[in-house]
Amino acid sequence: MSLLRAEGLSKEFGGVRAIEALDFEIQPGTVFSIIGPNGAGKTTLLNLLTGIYRPSAGRMWLEGRPLAGHAPHQFAAAGIGRTFQNLQIFFNMSALENVMAGRHLHERCGLAAALLRTPRLARAERACSDRAAELLAFVGLEAYEHSAAAAMPYGALKRLEIARALAAQPRLLLLDEPAAGLNPSEINDIDRLIQRIAARRITVVLVEHNMKLVMGVSQRVLVLDYGRKLAEGDAETVRNDPRVIEAYLGADAH
Amino acid sequence: MLARLASSRNAGLAALAAVVALLPLALVNNYYYDIAILAGLNAIVCVGLNLLIGYAGQISLGHAGFFGLGAYGSAILTARYGWPPLAALLAATLAVALLALAIGRPILRLRGHYLAMATLGMGVIISIVIATEDRYTGGPDGMSVPPLTLAGVALAGERVWYWVVGVLLVLAVWLARNLIDSPHGRALRALHGSEVAAEVGGIDSARHKVRVFVISAVYAAVAGSLAAHYAGFITPAKVTFFHSIELVTMVVFGGMASTFGAVVGAAVLTTLPQALTVFKEYEMVVFGAVMMLTMIFMPKGLVPTLAALAARRGKSP
Repeated sequence: MSLLRAEGLSKEFGGVRAIEALDFEIQPGTVFSIIGPNGAGKTTLLNLLTGIYRPSAGRMWLEGRPLAGHAPHQFAAAGIGRTFQNLQIFFNMSALENVMAGRHLHERCGLAAALLRTPRLARAERACSDRAAELLAFVGLEAYEHSAAAAMPYGALKRLEIARALAAQPRLLLLDEPAAGLNPSEINDIDRLIQRIAARRITVVLVEHNMKLVMGVSQRVLVLDYGRKLAEGDAETVRNDPRVIEAYLGADAH
Repeated sequence: MLARLASSRNAGLAALAAVVALLPLALVNNYYYDIAILAGLNAIVCVGLNLLIGYAGQISLGHAGFFGLGAYGSAILTARYGWPPLAALLAATLAVALLALAIGRPILRLRGHYLAMATLGMGVIISIVIATEDRYTGGPDGMSVPPLTLAGVALAGERVWYWVVGVLLVLAVWLARNLIDSPHGRALRALHGSEVAAEVGGIDSARHKVRVFVISAVYAAVAGSLAAHYAGFITPAKVTFFHSIELVTMVVFGGMASTFGAVVGAAVLTTLPQALTVFKEYEMVVFGAVMMLTMIFMPKGLVPTLAALAARRGKSP
């Protein structure tokens, strides 16, 4: 069974169709990339998949269970995590605290226990902090553990967002342009990181403009243009699809 | 590292307890005690308000309303219905918590200026109701309030009250700091940092906002009830919009997202008007000026600015 299935998914903004009647399925354990020119609706699609936008029409299922009419935090509880194209770091916290906050779904504690800081909570907090430190090390940020997020360089913040999203232990991780603004060596690091995430059996949805990265890590690629599916298939098929080449390079390119 | 963290948590609290314990050495007469008690009560309100404003990043311009409802709730239940004061304090606080829950749900959907206006309206309505329902509240003339009794003994005199308020302040700070260092507190700071990221991280931001609103209202109500019993008299002056602004100024001046900052802010801005008695009529002007100067020269507030300065000094050889 597919991990995520969308049927007839559409999103309109005052008559403008950002996403139009989209059908797709994401198989578990794969890296599924979404590409397309600027304004094709990629980020809108991620916002639909995380409950930030409500679809104008169409339905979605995660492991056969419908995802409808829920708030974003309920999408997170269902097992969908994400990062943002424009950083959404908690700049008022340290790197470690950012990741600890990402574990919120797994750190349920009563209000009374929190106010009185019971020994049980204190132990849970230490365990949470250790887990967060492991995740920082996993994304290669162990040196920044106690840095204020506001004092970290851009490339490190991109990885901090990934660590924070992983902290929620999602089954589906949506990465919105994780390589944007990075230098080639940092992009290599992100490439390897995505492969290590996939090796942990976490399904990855990658929205990215860097074609080398996309073609290298993806099992399947969905091409969007003006909110519609232009093509879908494995990296090789999509790369050679004349419609894709035309959308990217213009009609004269072939 | 964690041992150091734990000790720094307790060090701050120990320092506050030491100040509370040693302050009486400097309090030469009952007038000084009176100011210290008022500062302590304001500090309790500010510690709660700082959870809402400093940590969760939500504004309230109506917290004097909760303070007033705590005060008048206690006053009416004891003076008009003969309730024991402690039961009245608890009942008034519970009522304020339920009211804050009912009001908080719809208005905390609002953001920024809209939330400020909604809380301002709430505070003004509470203040008008208290001033006009003179059958119960005595109207603008105020009403007298019986003293607080604990186990049959009436708490009387500034020296006794000083210790009651001092102990409760340390308790209030301890509870607030525990909350901040828990998953609840992280959720509040997270939704302040980025609400959308908090939500997609599984944090129910609406629920956490309402919860901290209720907690901060409870802090204000307890302080209000205590203030009424301490003074033995209450007037609508403490429920006005100006008092709400005073409370916000204390939080901002002391340092947003700093529990000790809220205490320092309340202490300084309660004492300042007393020290500058010549400016008494210009109290509002002084508060306005403090607010403006704080925003311009130390937008992070007094305590965080001093802490950053000390850290820089410590680093340089």
